Amino acid sequence: MSISPLIIVLLALCAAGYWFGSKKALAINTNRTSRVFSSRPHQYGMYVVAWGAVPSVVLLVLWFVLSITPVGASATFTELVERILFPVVILLAAVGGVFFSFKKIDADLRVRKTLEGVVYGVLILASTLSIFTTIGIVFSLLFETLQFFEKVPLSEFFLGLEWSPQTALRADQVGSSGAFGAIPLFAGTMLITLIAMIVAVPLGLMSAIYMTEYASSRFRATVKPILEILAGIPTVVYGFFAALTVGVFFRDVGTSLGLSVVSESALAAGVVMGMMIIPFISSLSDDIIMAVPQSLRDGSYGLGATRSETVVKVIIPAALPGIVGAILLAVSRAIGETMIVVMAAGFAANLTANPLEAVTTVTVQIVGLLVGDQEFDSAKTLAAFALALVLFAITLVLNVIALVVVRKYREKYD
Amino acid sequence: MTDISSSNKAVKDWASAETVSNLKKRHRSEKRFRILGIGAIFTALTLLAILIVSIVGKGATAFLQTTVTLDVTFKEQVIDPKGTRDEATMRAASYGGLVRDALRAEFPDVKGRRDLRVLFGFVSKGAPLQLRDMVLENPDLIGQTIPVTLVASDDIDMFNKGYIPRDVPEGDRRVKDKEITWYDQLAEKGHVETRFNVDFFTSGDSREPEIAGIWGAIVGSMYTLFVTFIISFPIGVMSAIYLEEFAPKNKLTDLIEVNINNLAAVPSIVFGLLGLALFLNVAHLPRSAPLVGGLTLALMTLPTIIIAARASIRSIPDSIRDAALGLGASRQQMVFHHVLPLSMPGIMTGTIIGLSQALGETAPLLMIGMVAFIVDIPGAVTDPATVLPVQIFLWADSPERAFVEKTSGAIIVLLGFLVFMNALAVVLRKKFERRW
Repeated sequence: MSISPLIIVLLALCAAGYWFGSKKALAINTNRTSRVFSSRPHQYGMYVVAWGAVPSVVLLVLWFVLSITPVGASATFTELVERILFPVVILLAAVGGVFFSFKKIDADLRVRKTLEGVVYGVLILASTLSIFTTIGIVFSLLFETLQFFEKVPLSEFFLGLEWSPQTALRADQVGSSGAFGAIPLFAGTMLITLIAMIVAVPLGLMSAIYMTEYASSRFRATVKPILEILAGIPTVVYGFFAALTVGVFFRDVGTSLGLSVVSESALAAGVVMGMMIIPFISSLSDDIIMAVPQSLRDGSYGLGATRSETVVKVIIPAALPGIVGAILLAVSRAIGETMIVVMAAGFAANLTANPLEAVTTVTVQIVGLLVGDQEFDSAKTLAAFALALVLFAITLVLNVIALVVVRKYREKYD
Repeated sequence: MTDISSSNKAVKDWASAETVSNLKKRHRSEKRFRILGIGAIFTALTLLAILIVSIVGKGATAFLQTTVTLDVTFKEQVIDPKGTRDEATMRAASYGGLVRDALRAEFPDVKGRRDLRVLFGFVSKGAPLQLRDMVLENPDLIGQTIPVTLVASDDIDMFNKGYIPRDVPEGDRRVKDKEITWYDQLAEKGHVETRFNVDFFTSGDSREPEIAGIWGAIVGSMYTLFVTFIISFPIGVMSAIYLEEFAPKNKLTDLIEVNINNLAAVPSIVFGLLGLALFLNVAHLPRSAPLVGGLTLALMTLPTIIIAARASIRSIPDSIRDAALGLGASRQQMVFHHVLPLSMPGIMTGTIIGLSQALGETAPLLMIGMVAFIVDIPGAVTDPATVLPVQIFLWADSPERAFVEKTSGAIIVLLGFLVFMNALAVVLRKKFERRW
């Protein structure tokens, strides 16, 4: 029995339960004596629904979990359990729940408390989903990564200078496991991130300073939303722009200057990524500069400082922790950015600091290793999970540091 | 007193040449700083303008299509030799032959295998299908000779739109001199037309750029967003309600809050790997399906929705809550009957912004196999599908010149959707914004 008819039957059952439950409660209501009703009729209906739905949903989840966990039992037995036992049990539970709760309806039954308990439970469950997501991320990455490190030693991954994850066709071949030294990837990621920051930090910071300290409110109201368009453009669009316009432009400029620039240069990817991050930095530092108390500005102006002197000598030092936090968040974004580099940076691992050459990044390699069909437990696919775990850890650490820094800064002026 | 008099002596002469020049210097540096600020904003805006102009410049012609009108003879012995008008027979017939005959009739002096092959490449590979559909729709056409407007091949299309200049040496040109003469002959008769490209909006992906369309990707995007919304909206709102209205201050709620903030900053590709490991390898859901894409994006969008919903709920003044509680409502009645409806506009705004992020997201979908080449329009959330950003990525990788135009066209459509969604969010905010 497949799952959708079952769900439709359950929904119909619950709807019927709600309808008749409310009706029954209303019927008591009309010929009640002096007794005061504790709950409203539709709450009785919901009570019936809760009794019908909660046990069956719990069973459904159990069914699902059981059907995806491998058990040692024989195939026919598992089939029997999965195909017949569970649907029948679920239906019985739902019918039983609806029936008995319906029977129980009477003026003395205090349903509101029960009902609110159920709702409360559902709310808690919903809010813990974020924790489960994090746990899910950590575990799904960790298991594969551990398998990867059974095949490739830790030292090779973190210290090796060569990355060529092509595995040989036969397992018994000599040197079949390829080379999994991730240093070139980290170096490439860092190079592109650095270029992006060189573009984004001055532009973003200066725009934020101008917006907060100089611009009229009308200028601000028109320009700020336009700048924020940059943040709303999908990264795949930036990737296309970097690959087809900026990359080619830099190559042509390089050729006319007598430099050899490859069209998949780190420079093109970095500059476009920086362009994407400008609004991120500018709106974060905007908030932070705004939060610097006016008294500090007034004090500086009172001593005769010009606006720029106030900005450089008073506001920036006062806002520095916050700005550093914003830059850290931007760095973590640049490190995790995927589409721009997939489309505009190269796939070949090149250990170089020359921004005019092609480099590859962690995210590019994850995409390269996992797109397409391959068996799931080869070192090649597992390497992607190891890279992703490193990526996750780095961005997590950066975020935590940034959040702590920003929080400390807020406390200072609150 | 002594202090003042001593400091009076130390006061500089404000009119001295030294002070004046110093002041001038300071004012100059002030000006420089100001120009730097304006320059930064101006540079950012210029970059944005270059991006938009380059995309629109490349993509505007994607909405146009070059067609060639040829006299096609629907020969009965080719389409339906037995005269049964059986649908299966008519479907299986070789319509390519009809197109080739029509081209040969148009240019009777073209001889030789090579030239003929070039000539047959004049119209799209989709032309036979077009003829088939015409015949299936109206079997009376069989036996007649009528002018039919066929889609030109991508090279001719590019040539017609002026992307392939005539003055380039023949060797460097994808359209050869012979084709240009044929093109000119047809154009002279008025048989070459440029019309609005309906196929671009109604057909699925194709290997042939001239008949490739984005409808399949749009439908896939809609299914994916639908799944994302169904999952992330209720769960996001429920978590926000719990955290703002019910949660006691303890370790667990602290943990949840820190978690949500961190999840919002996790790189999207990591969510893709989570989806791959959890939904495909553990739960064995269908690969490339909007269901899986939607679930993955839902996990990614959840923090955005929770954060927006919490801000919206927090902005409802306590007087509303106190009034409801004072009239005997339970805490949950207070929340669900008063606070939640009042905060709904803000929540919806946040949700739309979250969904528009999900609409533009590509990287996690690559991980769960939504990059497959899919021609059919998906009919359900479990059908293999692709989405608009992934379609853009796929086309951007294609070597044909004509796909550059299609890619930019698809980007324009995607940006159009995003502008629409964000405008909707702004309108919602403006219309329902309430100052308490």
